[in-house]
Amino acid sequence: MDALDLSRWQFAITTVYHYLFVPLSIGLAYLIAFMQTMYVIKNDESYKYLAKFWGKLFLLNFAVGVVTGIMQEFQFGMNWADYSRFVGAVFGGPLAVEALVSFFLESTFLGIWIFGWDRLPKKVHLACIWLVAIAATLSALWILSANAFMQEPVGYEIVNGRAEMTDFFALLGNPQLWVEFPHVIFGAFATGAFFIAGISGYKILRKQQPGLFKKSFQISIVVALISSVLTATAGHSQSQHLMESQPMKMAAAEALWETTGESAPWSVVAIIDTENQRNKFNLEIPYALSILSFNSLYGSVPGMLELQEQYVQTYGEGNYIPPVKTTYWSFRIMVAAGMLMILLGALGTWFMLRNKLEKVPLLLKLLIPSIFLPYIANSAGWIMTEVGRQPWIVFGLQHTADGVSPNVTTGMVATSLIGFTIVYGILAAVFVYLVVHFTRKGIETDDGHEIHSAPKDHAEHIPAI
Amino acid sequence: MLETLWFSLIAVLFVGFFFLEGFDFGVGMLARFLGKSDIERRVMINTIGPFWDGNEVWLITAGGAMFAAFPNWYASLFSGFYMALFLMLLALIGRGVAFEFRSKLASTKWRKTWDWIIFFGSLLPPLLWGVALANLMRGVPIDANQNYVGTFWDLISLYSLSAGVAIVLLFLLHGALFLSLKTTGAIKERAEAFALRIGKWTSVVLLLFVVLSYFETDMFTRQGINPGSIPILAGFALLSVHFFIKAGKTGWAFIMTGATIVLSTITVFMCLYPNVMISSLNPDWNLTIYNTASNAYTLKVMTIVALTFVPLVIAYQAWNYWVFRKRVTVEDHLDY
Repeated sequence: MDALDLSRWQFAITTVYHYLFVPLSIGLAYLIAFMQTMYVIKNDESYKYLAKFWGKLFLLNFAVGVVTGIMQEFQFGMNWADYSRFVGAVFGGPLAVEALVSFFLESTFLGIWIFGWDRLPKKVHLACIWLVAIAATLSALWILSANAFMQEPVGYEIVNGRAEMTDFFALLGNPQLWVEFPHVIFGAFATGAFFIAGISGYKILRKQQPGLFKKSFQISIVVALISSVLTATAGHSQSQHLMESQPMKMAAAEALWETTGESAPWSVVAIIDTENQRNKFNLEIPYALSILSFNSLYGSVPGMLELQEQYVQTYGEGNYIPPVKTTYWSFRIMVAAGMLMILLGALGTWFMLRNKLEKVPLLLKLLIPSIFLPYIANSAGWIMTEVGRQPWIVFGLQHTADGVSPNVTTGMVATSLIGFTIVYGILAAVFVYLVVHFTRKGIETDDGHEIHSAPKDHAEHIPAI
Repeated sequence: MLETLWFSLIAVLFVGFFFLEGFDFGVGMLARFLGKSDIERRVMINTIGPFWDGNEVWLITAGGAMFAAFPNWYASLFSGFYMALFLMLLALIGRGVAFEFRSKLASTKWRKTWDWIIFFGSLLPPLLWGVALANLMRGVPIDANQNYVGTFWDLISLYSLSAGVAIVLLFLLHGALFLSLKTTGAIKERAEAFALRIGKWTSVVLLLFVVLSYFETDMFTRQGINPGSIPILAGFALLSVHFFIKAGKTGWAFIMTGATIVLSTITVFMCLYPNVMISSLNPDWNLTIYNTASNAYTLKVMTIVALTFVPLVIAYQAWNYWVFRKRVTVEDHLDY
C-alpha cells in the first residue's frame, strides 16, 4: 500500500465514521424540537422530560459528530492537496459558506440551548433548538452541494488547469444536489426515528416508565415510517438521475456488463467475475430495472463494457469501470435495509395506532437491533455513491490518483490512519457505553416519579407531519 | 484588491479564533490544576461550557475560508504541516468529547481521565499554533510546485518552540483572567493569584520570541505593511495586565490580554503580507495572496456571503455571552 491507498482508506474510514453521527444529530434535533414544542404549546411537563432525556443522548452524539467533522474539513488539504488546488476555487466555496452560515449558528445556539433551560424564556429557548435543527439541515445542504459537484460538475470552467467557479447558483441548482439532498435528509430523519423507537420500545418492553416512553415511541414510529418511505422515493428519483449523469455507476451497481435489450431486468443476486467481466450467476427480475430507471416497462440500460468504450473515446485510455462488487453489494445492502425499515415502520405504526404494542413484544424486540438498519443503509449508500464514481474524484475532470498530496509520505499517512482509527474506535466504545448507561437510567423527572399519561389521549399525540 | 480583502478576512477569523478560543484553551489547561475538587473543576469547565464550541468554529471557518479564497495556500499549508495538524486534530477531538463526557459518570477515575484529556487537548493546539506561526514567519522549504518538502522535525526549533510556549503562556493568562471574571470565591482568588504569577513569565517568553524573530526571520526588513506601533502597543498591553490585576480591575486586565492577542496576530499578518508562506529555498517560490488565490468570481461571491454573515455571527455570539454573563458558582445547578 502506498500513500494514495492509505489516504483513500483514511478518507473512507473517517468519512463513514463521521457519517454515523451526522444523520442521528439531524434527525434527533428535529424530533427533540418537536417534543419541546409540544411542551411549550401544551404546557405538559412530560414532553420537557422527554426533550431533556433525548437531548442528553443527542448531545453525546453531537459531540462526536462535531469533532470528527473538523477532520473532514482538514483532510482535503492534508491528504488531497492536488485535489484541493484543482477544485478549491469551486469546492472550497460551499465548505466556507457551511462553516460561516450554518456551523456557527448550530454551535452557538446549541450551547445556548444546553445551558439555557432555566435562563431563557420558554419560547426563546425553544427557538434555539429549532435553529440548531435548521442549521444542521443547511449544513447538510452546503456539504452536499460540494459533494454534488464531485458527482456532477456544474457552474465552472477549466482555466489554467484548474476548475474555477463561474456560477454560484448553478452549484446550488445542481440537479444532482436536489436528488441527493432529500434522500440524505429523509434518511437522517429515519435514523433519528429508529433510534428513539428502538430505545423506547426496549423501555416499554421492560415496563420502565412506559407512559413516557410510549409518547416518544408514538412520535418516532410515525416519523420512521414516513421518512423511510420518503427516503426510498427520493432514492428512486436519484437512481433515475444517475442514468443521465453517471450511467457507469448505475451499470456497476447492477453488475450489468452488457447493454440490456429493450427492457432491463433488475439483478437480485449475482456472482460477479470481475476478471472475465461477466457474471457467473445472476438472479433477475424482468423489467424491474427499466421501471426503476425510466418508470416504464421498456428502456435499455447501457452496460459497463459499452460505457467503457465510450469513455475511452471521450476521456482517453484508461479503466473507467469502478470496483463492481463493492458498488453492486453496497447498493443491495442499502435497498434491503431500507425495505426492512419501511416494513418495521409500518408494523410499528399499525400496532401503535391499534394500541396493541404490548401484545407484540416480538416487534418491540425486533426494533431494538433495527436501530442499526439506518446506519447500515446510510453507510452502504455513501460507499455505493463514492466507490461507484471511481476512478474519478471529480467526475470527468480529475482522477482520484491525481488528487493525492504529492509530498505526504506513506509513513505519515500510516501513522495518522492508525492514530485516527484507534481514537475513533475508543470514541465509539465510550459513546455506546454512555448511551446504554443513560438508557438504563431512564428519564429524569423533577419529582423523581414517573408521570403516567392517561391511555386514552394517545391518539392526540400523533404528530401531523 | 479582493485578494487583500480576503487576506484581511482570514486574519480577522484567526484573530477571533485566538481571542475567543484563547481563553477557553487557557481554562482547559487550568481546570486540572486550579480546581481543587471535582465540583470546582466542573465550575471552571462550565464557565466556557456555552461558548467553547462556537469559539472553535472560528478556526473551522478560517480553514474553510482559506480553502475557498486561497486554495493553494490551504493545500500547501495543510499537506506541509501534516503531522502537526494530525496531532492538533487528535487534541481537538479529545478535548471536544471530554467536555461532553467528563461529568456523565460519577466515577473519579473516569473524570480524572477526561480532565487530563482536557488538559492536553487544550495545551497542544496553542503550542502547535505557535510552532506553525513561527514557521510561517521564518519560512519553510517549499519547492517550485508550492509543495512543502521538509519533515515534521524541520518545523521544530528553539525559535518555533519559543513561539509555542509564548502562546501557551498567553492563553493561560487570558484563561485565568476569564476565570476571575466568571467565578467567585476561592476559585476566583486562585485564578487571580495564578495570573499574577504567570504574567511575568508570559512577558519574558514573548519578549524572547520577539528578539529571536529579529535573528531568525527577515520579517522586519521584508515586511509588506509596516505594522508601526501595533507590536509595541501589544507589548504595553501585556505589561499593563500586572497593574490592572493588582488594582483589582481584572476586567481591564482581561481586555489587555485580549488586546495583546489581537494586536500580535495582526502584526504577524501585516508582516507576512502579501506572502502567505515563505520559501526558505528560493524567494521566487514564495506563496503569495496572488499565486494562491481563487478566481475573481469566487472571491466576489464569497465576499458577499462573508460581509453579510460575519456581522450576524458576531451579533448572536455576543448575545450568547450576554445570556450567560452571570458568574458560575459551586452552588449552581451544574449539568456538566
